Amino acid sequence: MPRVSFPQVLQRHIACPPVEVGGSTVREVLENAFEIYPAVRSYLLEDGGGLRSHVTIFVDGQVVTDREKLRTTVASGARMDVLQALSGG
Amino acid sequence: MPRKLLIGTRKGLFTATKKGRKWRVNQPDFLGVPVSMVLFDRRDGALYAGLDHGHFGCKLQRRVGKRWRELAVPVYPQKKGRPEKTNFGLPWPRSLKLVWSLEIDPSQPGGLWCGTIPGGLFHSPDRGESWQFNDGLWNQKARKKWSGGGFDQPGIHSVVVDPRDANVVTVGISVAGVWRTEDAGRTWRNMSHGMRAAYMPKDLAYDLDAQDPHRLAISAANPDRIWCQHHNGIFVTKRDGTSWREVKAKAPSRFGFAVAAHQRDPDTAWFVPAQKDECRVPVDGKVVVLRTSNAGKSFEVLTRGLPQRDAYDLVLRHGMDLSDDHKTLAMGATSGRVWIGEDGGEQWHELEANLPPVYCLRWIRT
Repeated sequence: MPRVSFPQVLQRHIACPPVEVGGSTVREVLENAFEIYPAVRSYLLEDGGGLRSHVTIFVDGQVVTDREKLRTTVASGARMDVLQALSGG
Repeated sequence: MPRKLLIGTRKGLFTATKKGRKWRVNQPDFLGVPVSMVLFDRRDGALYAGLDHGHFGCKLQRRVGKRWRELAVPVYPQKKGRPEKTNFGLPWPRSLKLVWSLEIDPSQPGGLWCGTIPGGLFHSPDRGESWQFNDGLWNQKARKKWSGGGFDQPGIHSVVVDPRDANVVTVGISVAGVWRTEDAGRTWRNMSHGMRAAYMPKDLAYDLDAQDPHRLAISAANPDRIWCQHHNGIFVTKRDGTSWREVKAKAPSRFGFAVAAHQRDPDTAWFVPAQKDECRVPVDGKVVVLRTSNAGKSFEVLTRGLPQRDAYDLVLRHGMDLSDDHKTLAMGATSGRVWIGEDGGEQWHELEANLPPVYCLRWIRT
């Protein structure tokens, strides 16, 4: 199963250590992860379900560019890293 | 005299407490997180905070006793098809950008109103555990003419509930004017008649949807008297309670953001003037507060205890509050300075703290 990790900064607000969940697309993997951490959803996704503009996802080191539908394929055993942009003061 | 003040800043929520003669500021909650709105609910003693996590969106928190707990967040309903644009052609996504106002709905024990950017009004019947989007206001045809003011999208910064009848709610929208419902949010009408927008082309200056109220304040002593600090000056409702007259009394400036209304004397209100329009700093480097005690016929300029030279402190729209004792004010600025104004603002004292920029503050009523 894919292994998802969440931004370090997010841990301050919601404990969400890395987790292995099923799914073959970024959307499916995220939805399964939200089953475990429901509060994380609104931190990562806009109201319409697209990825927040300052959140980025890498699947095995490749950046996800389909930010709205999140249909990028995720192989079983893939590593999915959710990151946040750096910000100013 | 009140003894506790909530201060929402760019870097967390501070509480100032008066001990003896001194005010002390505690360690902040939500350190590092912008706090866009605070509310004290006198019905059950709960505190509410609207947080802006930036990259991670906006959240609401509620505190009873010593613990904060995250609440449901207002969610905009989605619509298929082309993304909308504001009147100025900027994208208008249906996604919460800021919790910009929180007020009590006294018609229900846990009733709350929440005004947001980008222009949606929400209601909670259960202390923020769930939120309902107000379709009635959002579905107004005139919404096509709304635009952003300071932000790219429109926002509801003021929600004023008539103390005689909680079905009568007046909201201030930057930029869409003042809107009123008399049936608890089912139907709405623009209530900006009499307001003037000098920043618009001449033939649109009185367009109801082009008005930019910066903040509304109602007087419980006469709920037909609503004060408005508008982008273009200071306005107050006429005797009918539903149209406006411009206050043209002499003042260093009639531009500003904040307003507080006296709750026993409807003729008294306070404003914090700033040099308009792009500057937005105190006039001549002097922080002053304007007070009218005669329904806007004239202003007193209150200065005692406030910096009178080299001052560049800007008080934002939620940066002033009047206490329940009807004579103690609090005022916080983008410089991080906070002042307590005694005797209706006759004498001001600065808190001994170097705070982050102040977005909002409210007295905890005791």
